Amino acid sequence: MSTRPVLLVAGVIAATATLLAGCAGSATTSNADAGPAQPGGTLRYGLSGAPTCSDPAQSGTNQTIYVTRQVVDSLTDQDPETGEIEPWLAESWEVSPDARSFTFQLKDGVTFSDGTPLDATAVKDNFDAITATLGAAKAPLAASYLTGYQGATVVDPLTVRIEFSAPNAQFLQASSTPQLGIQSTATSAQSAESRCLGTNIGSGPFTYADYQQDRSVTLAKRTGYNWGSAVFGHEGEAYLDRIEFTIVPESGVRTGSLSSDQLDAVSDALPQDAPQIEAVGGRILTTSNPGVPFGIQPNVTRGALQDPAVRTALVPAINRQELVDTVLGPDFRTATSTLASATPGYVELADVTYDPEKSKSLLDAAGWVPGADGIRENDGQKLSFKVMYSAVFAGNQAILELTQQQLRAVGVDLQLELVSTSEATARQGTKDYDSTYYNSTRADGDILRTSFAVDGRNLNARGPIPDLDASLTEQLSATDVAARNEILATAQEQILDNGLWIPTIELSQAVGAASAVQDLKFEASARLQFFDTWLSGQ
Amino acid sequence: MIRYIGQRVLQALAVLWAAFTISFIVLFLLPSDPVSLAVDSAGSGTPADAAAIAELQARYGLDQPVLVQYWHSLVGSVQGDFGLSIATGQPVTTAILDAVPSTLGLAATALVLAVVFGSAVAYTATYTQIAWLKNLLLALPPLGVAVPTFWVGLLLLQLFSFRLRWFPAFGDAGAASLVLPAVTLALPTGAVIAQVLATSMATTWKQPFVDVARAKGVSRLRVQTRHVLRLSSIPAFTIAGVLVGTLLAGSVVVETVFSRAGVGRLTQTSVLAQDIPVVQGIVVLTSLVFVLVNLAVDLLYPLIDPRIVREYRPAQASAEPEKAHV
Repeated sequence: MSTRPVLLVAGVIAATATLLAGCAGSATTSNADAGPAQPGGTLRYGLSGAPTCSDPAQSGTNQTIYVTRQVVDSLTDQDPETGEIEPWLAESWEVSPDARSFTFQLKDGVTFSDGTPLDATAVKDNFDAITATLGAAKAPLAASYLTGYQGATVVDPLTVRIEFSAPNAQFLQASSTPQLGIQSTATSAQSAESRCLGTNIGSGPFTYADYQQDRSVTLAKRTGYNWGSAVFGHEGEAYLDRIEFTIVPESGVRTGSLSSDQLDAVSDALPQDAPQIEAVGGRILTTSNPGVPFGIQPNVTRGALQDPAVRTALVPAINRQELVDTVLGPDFRTATSTLASATPGYVELADVTYDPEKSKSLLDAAGWVPGADGIRENDGQKLSFKVMYSAVFAGNQAILELTQQQLRAVGVDLQLELVSTSEATARQGTKDYDSTYYNSTRADGDILRTSFAVDGRNLNARGPIPDLDASLTEQLSATDVAARNEILATAQEQILDNGLWIPTIELSQAVGAASAVQDLKFEASARLQFFDTWLSGQ
Repeated sequence: MIRYIGQRVLQALAVLWAAFTISFIVLFLLPSDPVSLAVDSAGSGTPADAAAIAELQARYGLDQPVLVQYWHSLVGSVQGDFGLSIATGQPVTTAILDAVPSTLGLAATALVLAVVFGSAVAYTATYTQIAWLKNLLLALPPLGVAVPTFWVGLLLLQLFSFRLRWFPAFGDAGAASLVLPAVTLALPTGAVIAQVLATSMATTWKQPFVDVARAKGVSRLRVQTRHVLRLSSIPAFTIAGVLVGTLLAGSVVVETVFSRAGVGRLTQTSVLAQDIPVVQGIVVLTSLVFVLVNLAVDLLYPLIDPRIVREYRPAQASAEPEKAHV
């Protein structure tokens, strides 16, 4: 067969592709000032993955929370700017001095969308169901927030007291999360599985109008809603009549749909999608996640990483600004501590800096001297270790490749080990790795305890470190925010000084929004809140 | 004939069992387990509670010895009960039945397009005497197989959805949403049909009976349509089973690109979540479709070419019916 026709056809296709690429640049102007908020309209949102369940209590992934957050209110809300806890369903609260008992005074007149009143009994039923029916198996986050839950007492119809067997200062922040959002007794009474089918009844600004697993979700505005949180930008009902969530797994398709007005907003907009979105007047909204930033967590029982000097010497060997500039772009920030900067209680640590000379001298002092191939050695042992990671975040590979080069410059050999998410989970369970790379999102400093405490996740596989262990436990008993932040600041520093976390960059959420979408906001945990969102130019 | 059918049915059952067993083994051998994945999907940074995992494993029978699990799951599958999805808690049958209509519509439309255009290309390519047209047409099938479905899908979206806005870019509501994915899926399938049919027709044209027919004064068009096409369609039929496989495999990519909630995307997400019950359900369903199509093809041969049964009848019981080879 002659090859010429093949070339001809291929040429036609290539020409078409070029033509299309050229067309993509046509632009319309963006409207800078949208004017006062207009109620009404349907916002079409493209999720990057299917929500796993319609139940806020059982939700964990961002795509799930984007949906479930809208149908429930929580006892409190957290201000994304200050990190402070503000009133929502509870107009006030009291924390006992030992941080074991939390008494919430509920707003009067709040009803669930099935018409039943939101009272102390409903709150009690909710928390009872999370610990008894769902448990850590079905609701890992909610159950961890309620660790040590001894029960709730209905003091009077609008006063409820939650009690724990041990100090649990993180519970106040946890009471603002969607996982501990309050659902009606009708929902609490159901089994874990039937709570996933879209029949959940909350008191939130939106209600489920249609829920089809793996396909789409439609939320409708709750009429008569007037008990928004103190953080919300306006009072009364939400502006949007409906929100239609569709699952669009391909990022290119989400971007194209946004720029061709088939969607109004999309999840996980990639840096390379920005020109196409901005060309039609849209923009990419970003916020950086609170919690533990991305970083390498060494297994302190393995190889060269057993030496604390090696672990601390890795910190100044990494040029974080270069990681951000080269791989991620301006919407991302460098990690500057063992907590991300958006976490309440975060402190910037001076030691999280780029200083290769410091790194080299630390390694020299610890007896690690460069060998013939430039890789340092000590007593015949090479300064070489593997980092296990999965592609949960698209930038992981490139970040680690660049980190590899940076560490090579100080004589450290980092080997990349890309595994599937399931393999990462399995091997984290058995602690079978030299080091592992990930991040965790939580808008409370207690994430340090759940990640680094010996009885926490402890992917360091470490034994007791008395000072650090004391800080991690004490922060749970501190009811005064300033006192608690002081303990958390110490803990952040101790984790770094012990070389338990080698921070790299902070994760950012990037949501693409069309020009008509106004006031689409992130809540304190970097998840979307649609209450104030409205559509201009309808 | 009854013996022929009986044998085919037995073979079909063996294929079903093998597919079920192999997929079970593969899923079982993968690192991690669905329960830990489901618990960890929260990405909470909290330690997965060992007691909670044990409780979930008990709930889904994952704490039992592997042979017991296998037996339960096999018995359940035979009775049409695949249990609950570990990732979503939905009954597997519901999850799959919800996804089937979307994929069925897509695959059927794609198959029709593939047969029509694939046959048209093969027919024209073998019939035409214009050299450049023949070469061009014959170059299409390898190209159709070679270009990645993924890329074609994105290209079609770029032009017909994002630029011209003729068709929606995502979803599976209405006929308009079917056009682009069906064309994308039909491309590799139609290419295979065209390739097989064109080769087969070219071979048939060289057979002596064609010369005889032509010598008797039968027109080229009539020879092509009445004799060559009919005889040449048998190899194309033989690969019908393969085509169904291509369509189902293609649906994984096409349904992801076009955001359709069909069996393909369900397969992809379930495999990632190691959701064994759902994957097993899908494997049984797809292999059932596969063997049924092959069974139907086997039973249809005699209608197209009576020689097949004639050859089969006097032969020994174990003999395979002679199929025309590609």
